[in-house]
Amino acid sequence: MTGMDSLFLIFAVITLISAFLVVTTKNLFHAALWLIMTLFGVAAIYVLLNAFYLAVIQVIVYIGAIAILMIFAIMLTQRVMNPSGRIFNKNWIIAALLGAFMFIGLVIISMQTGASKTTLPQISGQLDTVSELGQALVSPNAYVIPFEVASVLLLAALIGAIFVSRKR
Amino acid sequence: MITLNWVLIFSAALFSIGLFGVLARRNAVAILMGIELMLNAVNVNLVGFWRFSNPAVITGQAFAVIVFAVAAAEVAVGLALVISIYRRRKTIAADDIDLMKW
Repeated sequence: MTGMDSLFLIFAVITLISAFLVVTTKNLFHAALWLIMTLFGVAAIYVLLNAFYLAVIQVIVYIGAIAILMIFAIMLTQRVMNPSGRIFNKNWIIAALLGAFMFIGLVIISMQTGASKTTLPQISGQLDTVSELGQALVSPNAYVIPFEVASVLLLAALIGAIFVSRKR
Repeated sequence: MITLNWVLIFSAALFSIGLFGVLARRNAVAILMGIELMLNAVNVNLVGFWRFSNPAVITGQAFAVIVFAVAAAEVAVGLALVISIYRRRKTIAADDIDLMKW
């Protein structure tokens, strides 16, 4: 058990416990705070897997923008969910069974592949994955078209969100 | 020694928790939080496969960046819908919003 292994296990357990609290906490504001904790745990997993750019983007976009947007929405709509009301709908047992089956099925599938024997390959010293990713995103023979489509999608979502939520 | 299976099981657990949240919670904002958990699980999976196969090929990370953009767009539109529904019907409980259910 190397240091990397124990760090991975610690962050995985923290992330899964906070994710479980996100879906089971009654107070929605506390659930949003647990969501932030979960996103930090996933960012730590990215760092352990050498995806540094994604870890930074996780903190900036997910925690700095998406989680804060969630908290805004909770603040704007909080009074309607009275604290004594149910947090789950009446089908929650089926939902829990479906989640458990999903987990078991995915674990069985991953066991059948060679994934349990795939160990971590070394990253050579001169490979800079951040600049590789940056070049791949704007290079014409790599991913420039998905990159531009994503920017158009973001613009469309911006206009759509303003249109849907404006007062009329 | 850490193997690819650890990452896959972690992301499967995160995805299943998110799936349960989406299917079981009543509050529409909580459902969006479950969707965020599921998108994060997908990203962990992509990064895991990138790291454990050939790190010189950057495809996995590029896909994860696109998933980030789509997640941001999705949550913006989703929360706009929630606010709009709240304005019109004074509720955001998903099982009270049954206008299109016959």
